[in-house]
Amino acid sequence: MKHDNAYTGQEFKVIGTRVKRPDGIDKVTGRARYGADASLPGQLVGRILRSPHAHARIKSIDTSKAEALPGVKAVVTAADMPVPEGLPADLAHMLENSMARERALYDGHAVAAVAAIDARTARKALGLIDVDYEPLPHVTDVDAAMQPDAPVIHDWLYTSGVDPKPEKPSNVSQRTEFGLGDLDQGFAEADVVIERSFRTEATHQGYIEPHACLANVRPDGSGELWVTTQGPFVYRNVCAQMLGMDIAKLKVTSSEIGGGFGGKTHVWAEPVALALSRKANRPVKLVMTRDEVFRASGPTSSTSMDIKLGATRDGTLVAARAEMRYGSGAFPGIWGMLSCMTSFACYEIANCKAIGYDVVLNRPKVAAYRAPSAPMAAFGVESAMDELAAATGMDPVEFRLKNASREGGQSHYGPVWGPIGIRATLEAVRDHPHMQAPLGPNQGRGMACGFWFNIGGQTCCDLNIGVDGTVTLTVGTVDVGGSRASLGLIAAEELGIPYEQVQVNIADTGSLGHNDMTEGSRGTFSSGMAAIFAARNAVAVLRERAAKMWDIPVDEVTWEDGQAKATGSEHGNLPPLTLADIAAKSPKTGGPIAGHNEVVADGAGVSFASHICDIEVDPETGATKVLRYTVVQDAGKAIHPDYVEGQFQGGAAQGIGWALNEEYIYGEDGRLQNPGFLDYRMPVCSDLPFIDTKILEIPNPGHPYGVRGVGETSIVPPLAAIGNALSNAVGVRMHHVPMSPPRILKALREHARTGPEKAA
Amino acid sequence: MSGVLVTTTINGDAVQFACPEEETLLDALRDRVGLLGVKEGCGTGDCGACSITLDGRLVCSCLVLGAEADGREIGTVEGLSENGQLHPLQENFISHAALQCGICTPGFLVAAKSLLDRNPDPSETEIRYALAGNLCRCTGYDKIVRAVQSAAKQIREQAAQSA
Ligand code: FES
Ligand code: FES
Repeated sequence: MKHDNAYTGQEFKVIGTRVKRPDGIDKVTGRARYGADASLPGQLVGRILRSPHAHARIKSIDTSKAEALPGVKAVVTAADMPVPEGLPADLAHMLENSMARERALYDGHAVAAVAAIDARTARKALGLIDVDYEPLPHVTDVDAAMQPDAPVIHDWLYTSGVDPKPEKPSNVSQRTEFGLGDLDQGFAEADVVIERSFRTEATHQGYIEPHACLANVRPDGSGELWVTTQGPFVYRNVCAQMLGMDIAKLKVTSSEIGGGFGGKTHVWAEPVALALSRKANRPVKLVMTRDEVFRASGPTSSTSMDIKLGATRDGTLVAARAEMRYGSGAFPGIWGMLSCMTSFACYEIANCKAIGYDVVLNRPKVAAYRAPSAPMAAFGVESAMDELAAATGMDPVEFRLKNASREGGQSHYGPVWGPIGIRATLEAVRDHPHMQAPLGPNQGRGMACGFWFNIGGQTCCDLNIGVDGTVTLTVGTVDVGGSRASLGLIAAEELGIPYEQVQVNIADTGSLGHNDMTEGSRGTFSSGMAAIFAARNAVAVLRERAAKMWDIPVDEVTWEDGQAKATGSEHGNLPPLTLADIAAKSPKTGGPIAGHNEVVADGAGVSFASHICDIEVDPETGATKVLRYTVVQDAGKAIHPDYVEGQFQGGAAQGIGWALNEEYIYGEDGRLQNPGFLDYRMPVCSDLPFIDTKILEIPNPGHPYGVRGVGETSIVPPLAAIGNALSNAVGVRMHHVPMSPPRILKALREHARTGPEKAA
Repeated sequence: MSGVLVTTTINGDAVQFACPEEETLLDALRDRVGLLGVKEGCGTGDCGACSITLDGRLVCSCLVLGAEADGREIGTVEGLSENGQLHPLQENFISHAALQCGICTPGFLVAAKSLLDRNPDPSETEIRYALAGNLCRCTGYDKIVRAVQSAAKQIREQAAQSA
């Protein structure tokens, strides 16, 4: 049955309550099974050998000594993972990223792998593999990679999006442009112009669970994969195609996932584990070390950008230009494009242009990280916005409010805005008591805004009713942060039954149709939509069964409060039938009762947030402490407020880490210098204050309950909010993230020498 | 191949396991004893996911050798609930939504229990510093700290009642 996804404004009974999650007990008792927690009889230990060079030709690999080591059951190289005919280019890149071919493209690039009877033997075998490398010139800096004399990483890479097509290959894979109006005219109208350059360093998603999987390929070409992933269906499709297997013959089961944030939307070790298992004809468990996670998976783009904003004296933003250069690691990406699309979304600017460049580097292939590309662009734009507000003599919140995007307005990247929350979040910030709280010496307050699209995508689910009237909802979106509770609430709401009567399960790829990843803040939005429709389909069946039991026409049966009720003067006095009553009779009235739904969940509502933060700088060390933090974000409708708040808080904490500390540090030799939690320092409990949240609910017209995705936007504002707070605290404007103690100290010294104009 | 036979007490039960001498206690607990609630996030002592108690002291099991556990008492997340009852910390982690993905949760629970055993009424700052060796990437720690505060209060109230 086709359903309408339009928001209906219905009254809720259980939506918005803070129920317990179904997986809670397993997770507090150690019983929950994550990627590394599964085993199969006869399983081997897989390990990967990685390049110590930033860029090198692989002249030869001699695996004979490793193969001869007792206990080694398989050694694979790229020769064991040939590119299947017709493999699309993006998958071919992923395959080559999983296992280097002629060249190692970054420090940490896989070059060979072994499967052995135990970890000790596997480790020893890696040491026996002889790789003859010829080091090649490398480049890890995004600006350097765009220079005409930079080493060209791929001789097949020609910049797309430029006319005419370039004659020579370069490291720039694409140029994208979005905008509105006439830029020259806009800047001519402007009375005040701010033009600044910014840099941000690469960060890692930092999930605490390393990539882990258990692969089992049988000699008949079928196989299974247990894996920590944000999307078992996509992993199945991708791995099967890469290894030349039939998609239906590979069953992928997602384990509980120990954090993803975008980093588990991409395959790394999984194709290697499958190739090892295929060659050894034994199950292979492959768990990456933290060092491997940093060197070979994840990270974000490192960026460099130029932002120019112009306003008239009355504080109207009339022109904006952004040129943003985003590194994509060893293979082409779309990160510069995403930066263009997000950069100016918060504001109505008659004349604007955002230009993005995607640049390949000798670094690990970039993967999505929570609102990918948006935090860096927002750092540039929102920092410049604060300077422009000051230059026009306006309060930063009032300046943003005056220029905020509005419903019916034309966005710079395409859509006309529906009902959106940017103004409401700014008004909530303006009126928040946090804004009035007193500040001490070396303390400062900053605020900034952020935007993320959110996505919908392919989704399906099954809702089955047991003979006792309990309900099993089976979804195909992995639960990364409590979505099972939210989806249980949705099914309960729709059926009119208590939450406790619903059990939510995550399907493996053999048990449900295709579902896209849990990414783009789509998990609860899209599986929630499918669950609503599946429940409505089940209700249609329940009404038919009740009609049959009563022997009355189905249109005289309604569904209310979890019960079938007969209507009309003739049958209205029949006692209602509960879900359990109808279910108990189901074997005799037509068999199992279920509702299913397959949908492309269109109508994902965009999301806006505004953050406030107070910081204190230690002028002796340059260290910055976050004293107070407030997140205001539009959730559309908060299904389970605890987990909405949790998303707001977690995203803010990641943004704070990015702003102040986290960065990939590369040496002259092109090797990553800090591939561990000690030197890549993420925020710990004592670094942070409580993170206050305020959930706004501006219903999304494209979802029956008004839901918007909530997972990502909260990482967008913190970089700039902290930069703005720093500027207010100690008078230095930081242009380089992370704003780590040495950078701040340098800026403070410079400031003491030359005054506020010159800064880092 | 050389190995050692280790006799130890885990969560109150006598347990024996054999492991190679270079094997960490983390790997031995997971792979030999089957206590998969002990998690590996880093293997280098930086994330706390592998937190256990050894003779009552909080340690990272990835920094201890399996062989060192001989004759000692080990406590893991699997031993927190008693008599079929969740420990108040476990209850409060669930009711305060102090976990999202949950991979860090066993380590936090063991570390928090170790704190409350020593200090039944910790301040917010004391909680934050006591848990600073445990990384959580999902929650921003807000709800974790609140869950520990609430559990501490409950435990104190229970103690006052039974006193
Ligand atoms: S695994 Fe032991 S501290 Fe991270
Ligand atoms: S809940 Fe995911 S790391 Fe803490």
